[in-house]
Amino acid sequence: MTAKIEIENLSHIYDEKTPFARVALDDINFSIQTGEFLGVIGHTGSGKSTFIQHLNGLLKPTSGRILLDGHDIHSDKSLLKSVRQRIGLVFQYPEHQLFESTIYGDVAFGPTNMDLSADEVDARVKDALQLVGLSEDVYEKSPFELSGGQKRRAAIAGVLAMKPEVLILDEPTAGLDPVGKDAILNQIAEMHKVVGNTIILVSHNMEDVSRLADRIVVMAKSKIILSGIPTEVFSQPERLTAVGLAAPPIATLMDLLRKKGLNLPSGIFTIETAADALEGIIG
Amino acid sequence: MARIVIGQYYPAPSVIHRLDARVKLVGTMFFIVTLFIAGTWAGYGVAALALAGVIYLSKVPPMFMFRGLRAMLFILIFTASLNLFLTPGEVVLVEFFFIRVTLEGVSHAGQIALRLIILIVGSTVMTLTTTPIQLTDAIETLLNPFKKLRIPVHEIAMMMTIALRFIPTLMEEVDKIMKAQMARGADFDTGGLIKRAKSLIPLLIPLFVSAFRRADELAQAMDARCYRGDVNRTKMKIMRFAPRDFLASGILIIYGAILIFIGRMG
Ligand SMILES: Nc1ncnc2c1ncn2[C@@H]1O[C@H](COP(=O)(O)OP(=O)(O)OP(=O)(O)O)[C@@H](O)[C@H]1O
Ligand SMILES: [Mg+2]
Repeated sequence: MTAKIEIENLSHIYDEKTPFARVALDDINFSIQTGEFLGVIGHTGSGKSTFIQHLNGLLKPTSGRILLDGHDIHSDKSLLKSVRQRIGLVFQYPEHQLFESTIYGDVAFGPTNMDLSADEVDARVKDALQLVGLSEDVYEKSPFELSGGQKRRAAIAGVLAMKPEVLILDEPTAGLDPVGKDAILNQIAEMHKVVGNTIILVSHNMEDVSRLADRIVVMAKSKIILSGIPTEVFSQPERLTAVGLAAPPIATLMDLLRKKGLNLPSGIFTIETAADALEGIIG
Repeated sequence: MARIVIGQYYPAPSVIHRLDARVKLVGTMFFIVTLFIAGTWAGYGVAALALAGVIYLSKVPPMFMFRGLRAMLFILIFTASLNLFLTPGEVVLVEFFFIRVTLEGVSHAGQIALRLIILIVGSTVMTLTTTPIQLTDAIETLLNPFKKLRIPVHEIAMMMTIALRFIPTLMEEVDKIMKAQMARGADFDTGGLIKRAKSLIPLLIPLFVSAFRRADELAQAMDARCYRGDVNRTKMKIMRFAPRDFLASGILIIYGAILIFIGRMG
């Protein structure tokens, strides 16, 4: 694997040189590999959203550099437009940004800005809407006629239609019911399998992230305090609890059972895999 | 986006910040009136000195005071140059075609510019050291007598308070929506007038939708807490004059007297 995005000594201070100054990122060094599914986890206010907005150049570092395929994204102003096409960012509550009178029109906004042919735009819009599981009968509906979950999907499709090499999702399931939440997460996982693009998923929820991500980054107080594959990260519960997070309950349970002498494999974070593993032992 | 709008509150532990907002509001108006009485270089000198003293006491970096001037620079230059070229006088300094610059003109333009600068900075001092909520509270108390005339003073003040309260929220919202649309390739700052106006649609529509949603939520929250307007409403923070407020009022009166005296002399 090669590094897709490299982050070097990245710091960000909001409202620098005013009494409202606030350090949101403090000397972050990290690289994101091509094709990986990265989970970013952290308590509220830990700097997750600030971090990801740097990756496509929406925020400018107070100090430090962001390299995309080895090129500094701020080296040239004209580069930023293509950077934003290559790195798609879905914001928290993206349905609040829908503005067109139809879902189809809204999803077409991104690709239209990319100067593609009308046919290409049409194909991309349809692909994207299909990827998020919205059928043809919503194409001409107004965003106000859809349910919260449907609006969320339409908004995600709006970014997918740009076919970004890297897709960043900031809390894509915040405020959804469990069914809607699972549906969206499954669709993201499915898409990752099919398209093979790099995905960065930001979340509060350990379980969601651990189920999907190849690698996890834990942020706290403007810094990255832990990173690694889920098993590694969850094997340090003290460091997680110190920053107000916890390993998924199932991972903790499996740990306890292992200590009691049960021979369970590592990397079990979900009820389904746990049930299978236990069945194998008891069975 | 910068959280600081021109002339917005700048927190600092100073005596000026602690002054009763009514004193600051009336004091600022008084100060502006005296500027028009002053009318001589000596008068403006005293006013500038007094203002410098207040700025020093306020512990707000002077840089913030003068930020407000940048927005007014055009008006400042325009007014000053009108006076510079159009004031008739005896001592002609430059004569060139139809342009005539007289000594009186230079002096007059200088005074006008100085007066405007003092006026703008003076009002900036008040908004930098008083929170919007304190200010509307002060306005409400000062306008209380008008309630007798059935003017809905409380409601007007409440509307102002809410509007001021939501300015930062809306600015945050603008920032967020702009970024989200920029992530989809929107371009807000290039192109001709029509293209730029068009590019605002993806920003304005979500902004209005969210403003209405917020207004609705706020109305419901106020209803749920039994807000009934002015009826039997008491205040959590009752404005009371402290010794420093009497002192400040006294200093203001003395300052006014000095300016009138100088004006008579000149
Ligand atoms: N536009 C802004 N202006 C000033 N300060 C900001 C701004 N956005 C965020 N901050 C501050 O920076 C810090 C990090 O915020 P950030 O939004 O990155 O956190 P987060 O990890 O995404 O939190 P959440 O989980 O609540 O979304 C917070 O303390 C926040 O108050
Ligand atoms: Mg966030």
